[in-house]
Amino acid sequence: MIEVRDIVKRFGGLVAVDHCSLTIEQGKVTGLIGPNGAGKTTLFNIIAGFLPPTSGQILLDGEDVTGLPTFKLFHKGLVRTFQIPHELPLMTVLENLMLVPEGQSGENLLNAWLRPGKARSDERRVRERAEEVLEMLEMTHVRHHLAGNLSGGQKKLLEIGRTMMTEPRVVLLDEPGAGVNRTLMGKLSEVIRKLNQEKGYTFCIIEHDMDLIAELCDPVICMAQGKVLAQGTMADIRGNEAVLEAYFGGGAARVVESSA
Amino acid sequence: MLGLIDYAIFSLCIVGIYGLLSLALNIQWGMTGLFNIGIGAFFAIGGYTSGILTSPETTAHVGGFGMPIPVGLLAAMVLSAAIGLLVGLVTLNLRADYLAIATIGIAEIIRLILQNEGWLTGGVRGMANIPRPFEQITGGQFEWAFLVMLIVIIGVVFLALEAARTSAWGRVLRAVRENEPTALASGKDATRFRLEAFVVGCAIMGLAGALYAHLFSFISPEAFEPMLATFLVWVMLIAGGSGNNKGALLGALVIWAIWSGTQILTGYLPAELATRAGALRIILIGVLLIVLLVTRPEGMLSEESDRRRDRRREEREDLKD
Repeated sequence: MIEVRDIVKRFGGLVAVDHCSLTIEQGKVTGLIGPNGAGKTTLFNIIAGFLPPTSGQILLDGEDVTGLPTFKLFHKGLVRTFQIPHELPLMTVLENLMLVPEGQSGENLLNAWLRPGKARSDERRVRERAEEVLEMLEMTHVRHHLAGNLSGGQKKLLEIGRTMMTEPRVVLLDEPGAGVNRTLMGKLSEVIRKLNQEKGYTFCIIEHDMDLIAELCDPVICMAQGKVLAQGTMADIRGNEAVLEAYFGGGAARVVESSA
Repeated sequence: MLGLIDYAIFSLCIVGIYGLLSLALNIQWGMTGLFNIGIGAFFAIGGYTSGILTSPETTAHVGGFGMPIPVGLLAAMVLSAAIGLLVGLVTLNLRADYLAIATIGIAEIIRLILQNEGWLTGGVRGMANIPRPFEQITGGQFEWAFLVMLIVIIGVVFLALEAARTSAWGRVLRAVRENEPTALASGKDATRFRLEAFVVGCAIMGLAGALYAHLFSFISPEAFEPMLATFLVWVMLIAGGSGNNKGALLGALVIWAIWSGTQILTGYLPAELATRAGALRIILIGVLLIVLLVTRPEGMLSEESDRRRDRRREEREDLKD
């Protein structure tokens, strides 16, 4: 579905992503792990069109989408969330969600002025969709609250809620579980699984919480120093020497082996 | 007594024109977060456009086409919007403070062109004999009619801007203002929306400029100096409540009252003090701006209060369903 081909991203002398190639397969929940600074978020930003790569290609369903701006990728079905929630703080939860759907006639100023009836009926439709999403996230009670006043976990849910306001084909989640308590985490993975199985969304998830990854993701891709280190099921990754070395360093693999 | 009423009506006409400028800035800054400090340029373009098209034949400057005033108003809006579009295409990818510097530079360029290209504008001598509306019908006492016309125009602009503010379009503008990456990640072409807001604002500024020209019947580059045409409008919007259309109008009224009230007061001072008082008034407005920003940054009528009312209405509709 998404093919990352030999992507390089340099920031001055720093090589954040170094000849990285990987595939996000249709219908699967792919996990992307790796120690801090491995280049995961940079790669996400490149896939989602927030950063141009220094070299390499991104293919979406075989089409070269390298360097396409984010909002155009959105219309091709590629949606992302942010590591640090990017809610619109002075807008209500409902408005945060209602922003998203494409093709709203009221987004055209002339329609808003000259065809208020059509704009209003679109607005109602979008509103209903937002209410459904909020119900699914069990956030209906805060729908009129300003998004800036939500708790950290609720903001995370709102990030996912935004992706549910459209019909994405592939969703990039950047650390959906970071700073989220266990109960909410359970809900989060339940929502992700449901969207994957019932609606057929393809997911790619960056996450440091290995339980969440183990529960949801197959395959799992491990990055370090801008490169793909290993790829496989979570069990494969756990036993991979290069991965252990990258996370713990200093011959950690040997220590783990000898203690086992 | 009659003189006082005439003065009040004339003042209200000026307040109305500033109200339009303030509304125009509100769509750019209040709703979209575009730091435009080149208001004076679009105000001037509107004034000169309508002046050239509607004034009677003359050798003092280009034009003198004697066209009807409504044609002048419309052309003023179109040309200001078109120049706004050009400026916007070049500058709107700049972030806040850079946009501010770019717009102030462009505004000064436009003002200096208007001042120096005498064949086009009459240069420093200004442009005279711009027709006043309703002058024949009212036998010279046109201010009343002008004020009524102005109120109707402001009403239409206000309703249009309120409709825009509460529409999906307005929602995207707020999203762009609050967090552009989110707007992009929601599939919105932020640049397009910023450009639209900028152009609509410029068109209204042009309209205000044209009305100003027809009210005074005379314009010169001095009328469009940054102090009067840009800075004062900013203070009005911030004082009234950035993001709130009613606040934009209220701010225009209150700040104009202070501005012109202090002018009357300085009239009572001895001559040598009066000249210094002119500078003091500018300082006074500056101090007022600082005090406002510290004590009530959201302005007299905050955006939040308006949005709360929108939400309450929405919740009431929820209950009805």
